[in-house]
Amino acid sequence: MNEQRAHDPSAASTAPAHGGRVVVLAGGLSHEREVSLRSGRRVGEALRRRGLEVDQRDVGADLVPALTADPPDCVLPLLHGQAGEDGALREVLELVGVPYVGSRPAACRLAFDKPVAKAVVARAGVRTPAAVALPADTFKELGAAGVMDLLLGRIGLPLVVKPARGGSALGCAVVRAPDELPGAMVGCFGYDAVALVERFVVGTEVAVTVLDQGHDAEPPRTLPAVEIRPDGGVYDYAARYTAGATEFVVPAELGDPAAAACAVTAVTVHDALGLRHLSRSDLVVDAAGQVWFLEANVAPGVTETSLVPLALEAAGLDLGGVVAGLVDRSVAADRSIVDA
Amino acid sequence: MAEHARPATTGRHTRLDAYADRYASRTKGMTASEIRALFAVASRPEVVSLAGGMPSISGLPLDAVAESVADLISTRGVSALQYGSGQGDPVLREQICTVMALEGIVAHPDDVVVTVGSQQGLDLVTRIFCDPGDVVVCEAPSYVGALGVFRAYECDVVHVEMDEHGLVPEALRDTLGAARHAGTRVKLVYSVPTYHNPAGVTLTAARRAEVLEICATHDVLLVEDNPYGLLGFTDGPPRAMRADEDERVVYLGSFSKTFAPGLRVGWVLAPHAVREKLVLAQESATLCPPSFSQAVVSTYLAEHDWRGQVKAFQETYRERRDAMLAALDEHLPPGTRWTRPDGGFYVWLTLPAGLDAKAMLPRAVTARVAYVPGTAFYADGAGRRSMRLSYCHPTPERIDVGVRRLAGVLGAELDLRATFGSSTPAAGRGSSPYEMPEPDSS
Repeated sequence: MNEQRAHDPSAASTAPAHGGRVVVLAGGLSHEREVSLRSGRRVGEALRRRGLEVDQRDVGADLVPALTADPPDCVLPLLHGQAGEDGALREVLELVGVPYVGSRPAACRLAFDKPVAKAVVARAGVRTPAAVALPADTFKELGAAGVMDLLLGRIGLPLVVKPARGGSALGCAVVRAPDELPGAMVGCFGYDAVALVERFVVGTEVAVTVLDQGHDAEPPRTLPAVEIRPDGGVYDYAARYTAGATEFVVPAELGDPAAAACAVTAVTVHDALGLRHLSRSDLVVDAAGQVWFLEANVAPGVTETSLVPLALEAAGLDLGGVVAGLVDRSVAADRSIVDA
Repeated sequence: MAEHARPATTGRHTRLDAYADRYASRTKGMTASEIRALFAVASRPEVVSLAGGMPSISGLPLDAVAESVADLISTRGVSALQYGSGQGDPVLREQICTVMALEGIVAHPDDVVVTVGSQQGLDLVTRIFCDPGDVVVCEAPSYVGALGVFRAYECDVVHVEMDEHGLVPEALRDTLGAARHAGTRVKLVYSVPTYHNPAGVTLTAARRAEVLEICATHDVLLVEDNPYGLLGFTDGPPRAMRADEDERVVYLGSFSKTFAPGLRVGWVLAPHAVREKLVLAQESATLCPPSFSQAVVSTYLAEHDWRGQVKAFQETYRERRDAMLAALDEHLPPGTRWTRPDGGFYVWLTLPAGLDAKAMLPRAVTARVAYVPGTAFYADGAGRRSMRLSYCHPTPERIDVGVRRLAGVLGAELDLRATFGSSTPAAGRGSSPYEMPEPDSS
């Protein structure tokens, strides 16, 4: 590998040195299936333009036999939601013995579970809003009214209710009055058995992408922060996936200290959770310029309205080039393990 | 001001849509939705979808149809693949009149306009009659595709109450009277009187006469949408409303349920003057309905036992209706009510008090069963306590599996609601959500 490609994955202009045929996994059975399919189509096209042979597959009972019978050079898991981001599918890919792009299963398990991720990054010194995670059964066994009163007393209003595990803001609700809380809890438990009830931090919402080639000589780098300004004030599902419904500012219009703090926070999160290749941290910068961690994404969306492509573009990088470079690194890393 | 509020640099502002500020106001509601995202999962084979109204195409004699189509291309391909008349193929229009005669309609082919499915027929009717703000009266609930058309033309939809016998005439009379009193002109009354989508009920003969009388009194045009009329499970199809009134009824028909929805062939039967406008509107919309699809339908009607095929469909759907009703009777908890359709594709189910079908859908999809929440069938946000279940596509065995899963979801939701109390938002303004009486078996 030449020096330039080792340091700039977007510089790859042809098929990577090791990976020629890539299987893009998209779809699945999670609530984010549609988002995943859109991500898969976009990345698949970007890789084909780079000269790679791309096979986009859904995930079902035929996947393992297909990967076993005809192993690709690399797998690119772009499944969002439970099976795609909780590490389970990546465990299977490791069992099959095929290289893949993205974080290892153990890191995914930490990152996908929001309460766990918050605890891990907090120990690393990252500021994250006060929160409580409770399963539905707790409310049933102890009485919902009393537990909700305690939540309101501890967290205060406004607060956010979100599924402990899930993405795309599905099942999330901002609660501004006490009588909104029961409905928000019920809506949340439609998506997951555990709810995270978190203090709502008023401020500038930003997403920071970390690009990490797993190269010893080059530490993880952050891409320009993307500032999110949804028309309705809340970055919900419609605001995320309706083109035009949200204004993005890249790089985010933050002062230098806050911008630097966001970058440091995102890298700290990436390292603390043990993430690999590509991650996105969702942060809020409050009026005092303090940075708050909300959640990390191990398989961030790359649809036409997603945040990572915006950050790549602002950094002067090409999506296909970056992903092709990561494919290259994954194959190389896998071979080095085998060789060892 | 906090230091971070002073930008170090000015970022690039983008909405990822260069035309975001140029769209017509009617596109305002065209946004991504969580419900649509969930339906993407419903397409997977692991999920029993009781959501879509997809006909059972596998019941068609596909080999014979394939031979007919091959012969059509080889012998009449030059005309079948050419542009055609804006009003539609004359031979097919004659055949359509034969089909409608089964429902008591006496019509002349000149008054038939072939459309791209009856959905386009409704679009054309709305286009020629409705300006933004015009009132269209619909049943509560009403067909979701019709509500989409009325929304696209910026109509104000007013829902009118239904019960197990269909549209309630007194409610219609009151609504039209109130509109007249308010100086509001109602342009259309839209109804699916036979095997209603989504409610699964049929307007009684006595009420049909009454509804026609009310429309005449108030000088309002009735749009009779009748895609399921031939798919009944009792003796003979109900007499169409158009059979008893040819000047105040625009009739929409379709081959999507009796033959194949993929061909997109439907029709409008309209009074002469209306038909003239529809043809001009059709020409501006599509130049002509698809010649090839029309030729395939016409050939099918001429060469195949289509009446026998309709009977076979009736049997298929009757068996599936029975499977769904039996499963609902067996598995669903007390307090749940549903309609018992005599034809068509759908059961309308009303949940126990306090439950919200829309909020429950993610849990259902996780449990691998899908339905359409009742809110889809109201223009005003009502219907949260209801859902539409389709029995037309899954096999009886899959229907049973799906209903069992639904019952499990309902049990969990009842548990959750018992924990947190009812949080169902208030019903929307302007309509009374149709809630079913206790099922016969309860």
